[in-house]
Amino acid sequence: MPDEIFEPKIVGFCCNWCSYRAADLAGTARIKYAPNVRILRVMCSGRVDPSFVLKALASGADGVLVAGCHPGECHYIEQNYKAMRRYHLLKHTLAGLGVEPDRVRLLWASAAEGQQFAEAIDKLVEDVRKLGPLRWPGNWAEDGHRQEAIAAIAKEHQEAIEVLP
Amino acid sequence: MPEKIGVYICHCGSNIAGTVDVQEVARWAGANLKGVAVSRDYKFMCSSLGQQMIEEDIRSQGLTRVVVAACSPHLHEKTFRRVCENAGLNPYLLQMTNVREHVSWVHTDKQAATAKAKALVAAAVGRVAQQESLERTYVEVNPATLVVGGGIAGLQATLELADAGYPVYLVEREPSIGGHMAQFDKTFPTLDCAACILTPKMSEVGQHDKVTLLTYSELEEVSGSVGNFKVKIRQRARMVDAAKCTGCGICIEKCPRKVRDDQFEAGMGFRKAIYTPFPQAVPRIPVIDTANCTFFRTGKCQICAKLCPTEAVDYQQQDEIVELEVGNIILATGWKQFDCSRVGSYGYGRLPNVFSALEFERMCNAAGPTNGKIVLRDGKTEPKSVAIIHCVGSRDVNYNAHCSAICCMAALKFGHLVIEKTQAEVYSFYIDMRTNQKGYEEFYQRLGEEGMQFIRGKVAEVSQAAGPAEEAGKLVLQFDDTLLGRQRRLPVDMVVLMGALEPQADAKEFGLRCGLSCGAAGWYIERHPKLDPVATMTDGVFVAGACQGPKDIPASVAQGAAAAARVAGMISKGTVMIEPVVAAIDEEECSGCRICNTMCPYNAIEFDEEKEVSRVTTALCKGCGTCVAACPAGAITAAHFNNQQIFAEIEGVLCDATNGETASEPRDAGTERSLVVGLSSL
Repeated sequence: MPDEIFEPKIVGFCCNWCSYRAADLAGTARIKYAPNVRILRVMCSGRVDPSFVLKALASGADGVLVAGCHPGECHYIEQNYKAMRRYHLLKHTLAGLGVEPDRVRLLWASAAEGQQFAEAIDKLVEDVRKLGPLRWPGNWAEDGHRQEAIAAIAKEHQEAIEVLP
Repeated sequence: MPEKIGVYICHCGSNIAGTVDVQEVARWAGANLKGVAVSRDYKFMCSSLGQQMIEEDIRSQGLTRVVVAACSPHLHEKTFRRVCENAGLNPYLLQMTNVREHVSWVHTDKQAATAKAKALVAAAVGRVAQQESLERTYVEVNPATLVVGGGIAGLQATLELADAGYPVYLVEREPSIGGHMAQFDKTFPTLDCAACILTPKMSEVGQHDKVTLLTYSELEEVSGSVGNFKVKIRQRARMVDAAKCTGCGICIEKCPRKVRDDQFEAGMGFRKAIYTPFPQAVPRIPVIDTANCTFFRTGKCQICAKLCPTEAVDYQQQDEIVELEVGNIILATGWKQFDCSRVGSYGYGRLPNVFSALEFERMCNAAGPTNGKIVLRDGKTEPKSVAIIHCVGSRDVNYNAHCSAICCMAALKFGHLVIEKTQAEVYSFYIDMRTNQKGYEEFYQRLGEEGMQFIRGKVAEVSQAAGPAEEAGKLVLQFDDTLLGRQRRLPVDMVVLMGALEPQADAKEFGLRCGLSCGAAGWYIERHPKLDPVATMTDGVFVAGACQGPKDIPASVAQGAAAAARVAGMISKGTVMIEPVVAAIDEEECSGCRICNTMCPYNAIEFDEEKEVSRVTTALCKGCGTCVAACPAGAITAAHFNNQQIFAEIEGVLCDATNGETASEPRDAGTERSLVVGLSSL
């Protein structure tokens, strides 16, 4: 490792209604935060398939943020709860794969919480910075089994969901 | 045919260009990203010249996809979709990426901001190549509207729409419309009599040929979506046939059973077991309170049935479910008063001469239980001193953090009424006096001149623990006078508690029925607190009045009218666009496991028992995509948000990530590992 500070790359999945707007508000309020998180928009945190998170990590991300509306405030009534259930399962799966669970974070942010959103991002970036680079693609790519391996994880995860009451 | 993608990076004056090297981003995108045929930067992409530039490029260069890197899509996605449409390109072949709110406005390091902008553009280019043309559908808007809640906000909305010539169904839970305003005597700051301004509106609604009144009814179920809702309303059994009843009132007069009226009279007065809540009730058809009616309790009596000249009393009546189709819904479900007994130290419910604000309203009302006389709980003694305590249950972290907005003015009104009707001294215990509407501050000044005494401080306790002789038999207030900076005591005869306005007890559950959510305090969330205060996140459902937050009569009326105007706009336009962003199930792939069925809160997924597959009802799907993520077979796709599109976006946004080497900014092609080029087939 060179001496320079490690700048993690983090992919953020924000729901269209609350958390993406929280990020917008941070912008309009000119609140400054670390440039390491790149935000993609989905309609709902419930849309975030665990394979999106795995895909991001496998494509070189050092961390992933999933953000949705606060419990009870979901634009789609209750879909953020489903995101939460998946998140906890995913954390288990990741831990089993040797990925530090702290690299993946679920955040609730209302459209009014630009400040909180910015603070949460700074915290996430700091935490992932401490963990260092994930180097997942490097670890997978060599043997050429990356795609099968990830597909297997995704499948395992779906089965885990299936047995959930 | 290979895609020809146009990439447009906006300077937004210096808003973006000040932090992001926009020329470099444009150059880099043009040189490195697959499929990019045109890549430009421009001062203001949303200006007419910017729009023209994109339109011309689409036409002359034959662009098949467009990426605009500018502000938030919430601001200008519509603009650029229209640009595409004007140039003959399907609007869903546009992707916007946000390099202003998410980049230039939140970062200071130009190099890092430029790198992030490049990554976001790469993500958008990768994604847009996977996007598909989608067709918008337009549905007709049913001109009928459902208004829930017959208080002043709901009445206003109903009348505005009905007067415009559109049919309205007004549903009210109580036996009569009128709401809380019907309980009041005077209204601040003008002191006009509430009944004099409300009852004409009530009868107008009752007689309007465009209005169907459903009182003593509750909205039970909502299905469908904007333009075409189907609603189920439970019309509770009145035990009086509305078609036969003339409203003569003989049954009420002769009913032998008196019941304490906790609803309209706030527990201060009595009604009969067969009753209308108040004399000017609309409709004038009484209801039988079966829990208290002698006949329903013992099987004897039936006096009302015997005396009714039109034989309208029908003890066999059952609840009826009325099914209606409406295009829009306005919720004006109002508020409830805070239960003042929760503040134990104020003694409400324990000390007889501590009154709630609603009780005091009824007491002041000339048609109320004391015929408008202000008297102690014994019903005859006029108080010599009255203390009015503000913010009971409001602005208090133990109960409600919010300000109830109306209590300061209502307290001033009470002060005026006490001074007008009695010889009593009247004290106001306030935290802050909030009189911020037209004519309100003047009313406050007026009360000062009339002799109301204002004490700034929160009352700690109301008790009967008399100390000195002059306190004997009185209610003693212990309080902190924050202007004098000391603890004081004050003996009074009567205490009025300005209880908070709270959301209805079933607001949350009711909101879910209509696809609305409540904020932390329990009030319905509007689409935008400033710019869209009556619309909600559910298209076709609007809110008006205090269900959206505490507000006084003028504000409720304004919101009722505003909601009606929004609905009238939808009706006069005639059609409403349905976004094609919905889920679809591939029946070949579906295993019939039904996991998705339980995922959908809108019941948009049906199970076909015969074919043993699930199917999305497109009209009901709101496009959240939760079922897509849940399907173990991968049989569900989300239009405009399918897996390929999102995977392409993820690859793009990580275009500068490396195989665990030190991360660096996005590099030029040739040195890059996997630059957005052809997706991996994960």
